[in-house]
Amino acid sequence: MGQKITIEPVTRVEGHGKVTIHLDDKGNVKQTRLHIVEFRGFERFVQGRPYWEAPVLVQRLCGICPVSHHLAAAKALDVIVGAGTGDGLTPTGEKMRRLMHYGQVFQSHALHFFHLASPDLLFGIDGDPLIRNVIGVALKHKDLAVQGVMMRKFGQEIIKATAGKKIHGTGAIPGGINKNLSIEERDSFLKGADPMNADKMVEWAQAAVDFFKGYHKANKALIDGFATFPSSHLSLVRKDGAMDLYHGVLRAIDTNGKKILDDVDYQDYLDYIDEEVRPWSYMKFPYLYNIGPEEGWYRVGPLARCNTADFIPSPLAQKELEIFKAYTNGKPNNMSMHMHWARLIETLHSAEMMRELLNDPDLQKDDLVVKGTKVKRGVGLIEAPRGTLFHHYEINDQDQIEMANLIVSTTNNNEPMNRAVNSVAVEYMTGQKEITEGMMNAVEVAIRAYDPCLSCATHALGQMPLEITLYDANNNLIDKKRS
Amino acid sequence: MSTLVNFKIDGVDCLAEAGIYLVEAAAENGIYIPTLCNIQGVKPRGACRICTVMVNGRPMTACTTPVTMGMEIQNDTPEINDIRKAIIEVLFVEGNHFCPSCEKSGCCELQALAYRFRVMVPRFPFLFPRREVDASNPKIIKDHNRCILCKRCIRAIKTEDGKNIFAYKKRGIELEIIIDPELGGKITDELAQKSVDICPVGALLPREKAYQVPIGRRKYDIEPIGIEDEKK
Ligand code: SF4
Ligand code: FES
Repeated sequence: MGQKITIEPVTRVEGHGKVTIHLDDKGNVKQTRLHIVEFRGFERFVQGRPYWEAPVLVQRLCGICPVSHHLAAAKALDVIVGAGTGDGLTPTGEKMRRLMHYGQVFQSHALHFFHLASPDLLFGIDGDPLIRNVIGVALKHKDLAVQGVMMRKFGQEIIKATAGKKIHGTGAIPGGINKNLSIEERDSFLKGADPMNADKMVEWAQAAVDFFKGYHKANKALIDGFATFPSSHLSLVRKDGAMDLYHGVLRAIDTNGKKILDDVDYQDYLDYIDEEVRPWSYMKFPYLYNIGPEEGWYRVGPLARCNTADFIPSPLAQKELEIFKAYTNGKPNNMSMHMHWARLIETLHSAEMMRELLNDPDLQKDDLVVKGTKVKRGVGLIEAPRGTLFHHYEINDQDQIEMANLIVSTTNNNEPMNRAVNSVAVEYMTGQKEITEGMMNAVEVAIRAYDPCLSCATHALGQMPLEITLYDANNNLIDKKRS
Repeated sequence: MSTLVNFKIDGVDCLAEAGIYLVEAAAENGIYIPTLCNIQGVKPRGACRICTVMVNGRPMTACTTPVTMGMEIQNDTPEINDIRKAIIEVLFVEGNHFCPSCEKSGCCELQALAYRFRVMVPRFPFLFPRREVDASNPKIIKDHNRCILCKRCIRAIKTEDGKNIFAYKKRGIELEIIIDPELGGKITDELAQKSVDICPVGALLPREKAYQVPIGRRKYDIEPIGIEDEKK
């Protein structure tokens, strides 16, 4: 009989998770598991509802990145109403949605980096949890905390102007969008008083990337070595291989960079991706069908996207991507903490794209919706802040949803997060009899790098409500720690 | 020739044509009495009781009571408003009203009244009834989850030769609105739209037209319920 250590809940990830680490008689890590309590009732709730409700209903899955669900559902419904598979919308329809999405990625990434991740970097993994939080950042690094708040606000205002509300709007409708961007709205973003304008956002996003690079230089061992493990990577890319967070074809590369999926139309995703059910977890484990459940798992999210994309179609972010890729000599980057780097490069890209779109006169045009011949099935994919998000709907003759299948980013990252936790556990807990704060934190930091949305609650603030229970080989309780 | 009568609402002197219903008489004097089942121009039913006022000390429904000389009416008092609030709460707990994803949100009279009367957490337990969506009519989708049984559709929607398109079946808590399969199947676009518009909630829905008005430009985003009367 080995020992079992339980750490729960995981703080500063969006939601609630629980980690169990099983030790054997010699104190070696035998097995680690990340249990994610995620009840996917939405696939059931939407059954019988008129299909056009899906984008508004399903976005309630999340209060942090509802726009991703809103848009993925709308993209699936575009297919159903005969508006094409991603390229059939009017320029105003597509560009308004893109602006909404870049605003969303920008605010979500800013929240994650400045509020959730920066405490780990600024105060260290072993840092006192009393200061290793966003309040600590606000007290010691006021400028950073303020930037985080303002960047998030800017992104949310963009969402409001495109979706109608900062969270849970109604902007994207099947076949397009329900509003354009007025001149006043546009000018408020382009010419807003400092810092609330697009130029400043680009500048701050660039500064955040530079901050990370500086930090990286000084903390190579942590950033490069922490929770590093080989994996495949999957994302949408534009047809020409460019990073595209809104639309594209599926591409996956293996740990050596070899393309194992390329140019795949995601309407056919079921031919390529399967989900494994494991008895101990509520959350499924997706994998590439042709490789199988053992080896076919992959990472999604910023790191994956920076690995799969050949280039980024905005100049400042492209420059940063070149530096990022050069660091691993063009090979896929498998370092979990580089997720933060990739996330900041995408933040910069989103800022550049917002600025470009805001200057596009198509946003003031009135041709908002297209429709064609209706079909019964539609799949919509988007690169959500946390990774590839799949929405698939089928409707009946009376316009009611008959079937819905959602694969959310966190589900795609289920296996990688388990691997990350395992790699940390092996490093920190092998041969240990007691659990230090630092060890617990390390597990959290590893999970947090993936920015998972574990359910709906938020534990961004405050003291860590951690509880560790330690059992000996005979399952006797020998230690219990709470913070 | 019509006669004018004097009456008082909450102590304010008012003047209106004798015999018109209190809700209209109040509106003519710039006073809002909330209504839900009532529709102007159609015989009132007195079904929802939201328009309850005190007339000479007795509760009456303002949509069915004609105004007479010297009436003393209490309308905007804490007690009466709490009764109204309770009625709104009952309607919410008795159905499945998920405003966040409802296409009528922002244009829904029930929701607008809930905002006006500051409904937060209902004092009654939610019943969460099991109700169906009936999408068999070619033009109108019926969502029984949201129907408040005001019967506006029954009273106001008729064919050219005066036949009812909407009716009800069953009784009491099981009562359900039905669409005549034959007449409903042939309903004109215009009448279908009128049905959807006349429904105070999102129980009658048009096909494929949801969420076309962006948030911020919906009816009650622009002006909360009741303000129109109060501006008169
Ligand atoms: S369907 Fe609408 S109009 Fe008809 S009774 Fe129900 S709530 Fe009233
Ligand atoms: S409005 Fe008078 S009873 Fe309904």
